[in-house]
Amino acid sequence: MDRDILLDVRHLSVGFESYNAKVEKVFFNAISDLNLTVHKGEIVAIVGSSGSGKSLLAHAVMNILPDNARTGGQMFYKGEELTPDVMNRLRGHEIAFIPQSVAFLDPLMQVGDQVVGTLGEKARGLQQKAFSHFGLKQQVANLYPFQLSGGMARRVLLSTSYVTETEMIIADEPTPGLDLKIAIEALRDFRVQADQGKGVILITHDIDLALNVADKIAIFYDGRVVETADTQTFRGDGQGLKHPYSQALFHALPQNGFNLPRCPKCGATCATWNVDEKGMRCGCGNS
Amino acid sequence: MSKGLLQYLTATVLRMMALLIAVTMLSFFLVHNAPMDPVDAFLGEVTVSEEQRAQIAEHWGLNRSPVEQYLIWVNNTLHGDMGESLTFHEPVTKVLGERFRASLLLMGTAWILSGVLGMILGIIAGVYKDRWPDRIIKTFSLLLASTPVFWIGLLVLMVFAVELQWFPLGLAVPIGKVESDVTWLERLHHLVLPALTLSITGIANIVLHTRQKLIDVMESEYVLFARARGESLKELVLRHGLRNIALPAVTLQFASISELFGGSVLAERVFSYPGLGSTAVVAGMHADAPLLIGIALFSALFVFAGNLTANILYGVIDPQIREGGGIDG
Amino acid sequence: MANEKFLKVKSEGLNRRRKILLIIFSGVIILAGVCLWGIALDPSRYAPNYEARRLAPSLLHLFGTDNLGRDMFYRTVCGLSTSIQIGLLSALISSFIALALGSMSAVFGGKVDQMVSFMVDLCMGVPHLILLILISIAVGGGAAGVITGVAVTHWPNLTRVIRAEVMQVRSAQYVQIARKLGKSNWHIAAKHIVPHVFPQYLVGLILLFPHAILHEAAITFLGYGLPLDTPAVGVILAESMKHLATGMWWLAFFPGIALLLMTQLFDVVGDYLKILIDPHSARQ
Repeated sequence: MDRDILLDVRHLSVGFESYNAKVEKVFFNAISDLNLTVHKGEIVAIVGSSGSGKSLLAHAVMNILPDNARTGGQMFYKGEELTPDVMNRLRGHEIAFIPQSVAFLDPLMQVGDQVVGTLGEKARGLQQKAFSHFGLKQQVANLYPFQLSGGMARRVLLSTSYVTETEMIIADEPTPGLDLKIAIEALRDFRVQADQGKGVILITHDIDLALNVADKIAIFYDGRVVETADTQTFRGDGQGLKHPYSQALFHALPQNGFNLPRCPKCGATCATWNVDEKGMRCGCGNS
Repeated sequence: MSKGLLQYLTATVLRMMALLIAVTMLSFFLVHNAPMDPVDAFLGEVTVSEEQRAQIAEHWGLNRSPVEQYLIWVNNTLHGDMGESLTFHEPVTKVLGERFRASLLLMGTAWILSGVLGMILGIIAGVYKDRWPDRIIKTFSLLLASTPVFWIGLLVLMVFAVELQWFPLGLAVPIGKVESDVTWLERLHHLVLPALTLSITGIANIVLHTRQKLIDVMESEYVLFARARGESLKELVLRHGLRNIALPAVTLQFASISELFGGSVLAERVFSYPGLGSTAVVAGMHADAPLLIGIALFSALFVFAGNLTANILYGVIDPQIREGGGIDG
Repeated sequence: MANEKFLKVKSEGLNRRRKILLIIFSGVIILAGVCLWGIALDPSRYAPNYEARRLAPSLLHLFGTDNLGRDMFYRTVCGLSTSIQIGLLSALISSFIALALGSMSAVFGGKVDQMVSFMVDLCMGVPHLILLILISIAVGGGAAGVITGVAVTHWPNLTRVIRAEVMQVRSAQYVQIARKLGKSNWHIAAKHIVPHVFPQYLVGLILLFPHAILHEAAITFLGYGLPLDTPAVGVILAESMKHLATGMWWLAFFPGIALLLMTQLFDVVGDYLKILIDPHSARQ
């Protein structure tokens, strides 16, 4: 067992039970057979398009999925199985979650109090330090979430991970809405924290951004990680990438010429690709 | 007070004034449209000459056009004179004042009882969603919501007054006692059953509402995040749950005064409790137009006072209204 | 591709739908049965019989007999039937008012919308029982008073629902597109708006019944509704009050329970219909 492994997710699946238009109980599979490993001192970026279920992965790890969700597989934290009980003990202390939108703040509570959370007045100083670190005026602490701009809300959310001594941070889309300077600052922070030995999961749809700070990039597609590659592999000619979807993503990067893969048979670009662990096939069924 | 709040309150008050005026017009129109002859109703069994009838009609202004009568009524009302009750042979304002005091005690007790109990039960149900405490509370509330008030009153009477004889059969004070001799304990003794009946019927609404609201809050993203930050169930309910359900619950309780009033008419009838509600029933039976209009106006005023309080509370407590727009940046 | 991800959970689903339909169907059958039974019932079944006065419930007289020896079971059946008929009529009228005002409010907006909203507030501003008493007096009492009263006091909630539904469908993309394609207003109303609003209207109508019936009973109980010689639940319960002290508990108990069960049945039918129309509400 690798002693540096912080979080190990094995064969995770997440699905939802619901009722369809005929009042039949149906099961929707959102994540299937997902594997992910995060070491100490490492930033792992999970890259995938919007709506592909990346946030659910974070929610599954934090054990905050809704009641009608069903999960399968196993998760380990520092070698210990991450059961719901263990997670309930760890969250807020060892593992911090940075959510993606202002909707995650209580609309009727001043944001300063929300950053402090249940830690009480002893964390007030840390909250003030976090605010000045992210360039928020101290008066912002007295505002309600609806009074914040998108960028301010994002910085308040980032501040919430500053008031506790965490070992691991899971950040869900932490940068949209921030101006470039603050965004870079926030990412640099993650780097600093990782260098101190923490583990960071950075969930994003922005592969460029991931390339800038992450050590490893997990390519997320349709509920599974199709490939995890070192950031190095995305530099140069991208020959190290094994999965055709990763390669397609690589070639679609602006610096690599915006090349979209075409189906050799029907000639269509990406729109109709079916992707799984083995490869990528066009929806026309010919290849 | 911010500009936003002031504007909001002014608009609310103006709207309510307009509604009150409309209520008086509506009730005036309805009562004057009644086929019952108020002079007959007034005289009852007494026979008088045509001349005397005409005099009475003249005295009340019955031979003028309805619009004129309405304007006279408005003018008099603004001067504190709402006419004389045909049933009680006393000024309407005096009847209203006396009866309302008794009703206020009854409705106030029931209102507080149903509000506090309803919120507690609603929170329990919401926290234990889909488990047995929730199922019991929910089923019970749904059942109560469609149970007639007067039937509950009858059951309560049968059990506690007739069978167990713990409480008196009705009225607000012991029979045959002079008002000034009645002790508080005796009043309380007579109040228990009607107040219980009235609060039972009001409770369902607030339980179901609080429950649903708490469930919504507990499934909200901000509670998810609070959970992810290690808050316990108790902390979630106390820090975020109460904060977010208190305002709608209190608002609902103020807005439900209309139903409370309707319920009190029935409860007072069952328990022969001499409040505003039972007075309305008697006034209607005797085609007591001045008293009926007075009661309609008074009940509307009461309901509007409740709604206004709810609206003001919303304005004062909800930061989105209190603080106006956000800060750009 | 997305379809592959929705796995049906065995055959449980179909049974559930069938079960809901069965519940709705039986509810409607029972209600219709009681209604017809009451109409067809021979009045001699609950005529005064001085040899069988003040009898406690027994197999012969399920709900007992009253002071005049009338059989309370048949009186109750007849009363429920009357309640259903009056509830049906007044709820229907009320729902038409709601349909008209709600659609007008949504379609014309502006002044009309404000006007309707003012009327809603006015109607909600006076306690319903007070308004019912006033209307009953204005109309001259009796069944007409009850029906008018209940009909003109119960539309506000459904009006709001219909207004919201019409607004929603009007702004929906497919309706916008139909409009751009030059389809006539009648075409849009018939093809898009009515099919969208009708189910909500139906559910609202059914959920109106219990309210209408309870208010009918309440106003009758107070002495303003149906005449004293009709076997209505309100009349029965008002009469029972006089005999409470003498221990004739069955006079109030059974008719009340029967009324409660009937309103519950209407609620059940309405709620399950809602699940059929909007399956997402099934989760709650």
